[in-house]
Amino acid sequence: MYAFDYQKAKSVADAAAALAKNPDAKALAGGQSLIAAMKLRLAAPQALVDLGSIAELRGIKADGKHLVIGAMTRHSEVVFSGDVKKAIPALAHLAGEIGDRMVRNMGTLGGSIAHNDPAADYPAAVLGLGATVETNKRKVAADDFFKGIYETALEPGELVTSVSFPIPKRAGYVKFKQPASRFALVGVFVAETGSGVRVAVTGASPCVFRVPEMEKALASKFAPESVANIKLPAKGLNSDIHASPEYRAHLVTVMAKRAVQAALG
Amino acid sequence: MPVKVSMTVNGKPVAAEVEERTLLVSFIREHLRLTGTHVGCDTAQCGACTIHMNGNAVKACNMLAMQAEGADILTIEGVAAADGTLHPMQEAFREHHALQCGFCTPGMVMSAIDLVKRHPKPTEAVVRAELDGNFCRCTGYHNIVKAILDAAPKVAAMR
Repeated sequence: MYAFDYQKAKSVADAAAALAKNPDAKALAGGQSLIAAMKLRLAAPQALVDLGSIAELRGIKADGKHLVIGAMTRHSEVVFSGDVKKAIPALAHLAGEIGDRMVRNMGTLGGSIAHNDPAADYPAAVLGLGATVETNKRKVAADDFFKGIYETALEPGELVTSVSFPIPKRAGYVKFKQPASRFALVGVFVAETGSGVRVAVTGASPCVFRVPEMEKALASKFAPESVANIKLPAKGLNSDIHASPEYRAHLVTVMAKRAVQAALG
Repeated sequence: MPVKVSMTVNGKPVAAEVEERTLLVSFIREHLRLTGTHVGCDTAQCGACTIHMNGNAVKACNMLAMQAEGADILTIEGVAAADGTLHPMQEAFREHHALQCGFCTPGMVMSAIDLVKRHPKPTEAVVRAELDGNFCRCTGYHNIVKAILDAAPKVAAMR
């Protein structure tokens, strides 16, 4: 790998100051995407600010209405958390579907959503549950957080500190895995929440998105058949060696049906 | 600018000055000369570099040595007992001939120990699913799965 500077941040304030001082520095969370990208020179920050020792960024708290997960909480901690399994089992299931066991032992919630890979799993849960992303500066609603391919509402020097997930009545997540990378070829998160039904799709387009037509259909009847005949136009969906836009459009409907079924238990 | 890194590896404290960009697997192999941890793909796919950090299996090729600062690291060299008695997982791999060329074996064993810690009574389906981060390019999975299923109760009994 190429040479870069490294700093271990002691606190959120310390990290934010270091990032503000150097516009070419990047925050290092679990590094499961960033280190790989740096090896390939797809990313080439001049310096890394390691968030790994900031205790205040880790942990899971449930208060009956919300589940608040610290940005540096590892995927495996979410998978095995009794609080998560009880409050939002679909979220524990989703975390267990990310990468492989070794990647889950390092990768973090905050890293995943700040990176906003178009095929990552967590953005589907954050958007599908209508979560609130808390940063060191403000609170951002999920609907305003994910902006485009690898792009979020985060400003330079702004760090995700935690995500607050409202506890839904029920929720389900099903993805069709790209078998080599285990990223979502298409993943659909469906949730029936206090403020209505939400359907979020990852993997299909450059950025996670909602499907209002499916949400409307599920609001009148929360059952797999409600979405069975709702087809997305293929135009604008991702196209690569693994799947055509038409195939991805087809998968959105199939995964949505299965996600509703999963939510119904 | 070299940075100071220190950690515990296989029960022994180690410290060195390394370049910031040093990967944990390079530190283990090239600085500590513990070459049992392998580099297969170098892209966090194959799992040959699997080690334990603070009791959890991680891929040492996909993290910096600095990310393991202060951590407790276990590599394949530290798995057997001090008198050379193999760990039950290593013994099961030997018993079931769960290797062909042997390149993936250290990572397989480290991953398998973590697997049975998280799933003390795994079914064959669980073992196969949970091995998705370790590749055996000889495709010797059949005996690897048998070995892990055989070792699981013995590893559980160690605690």
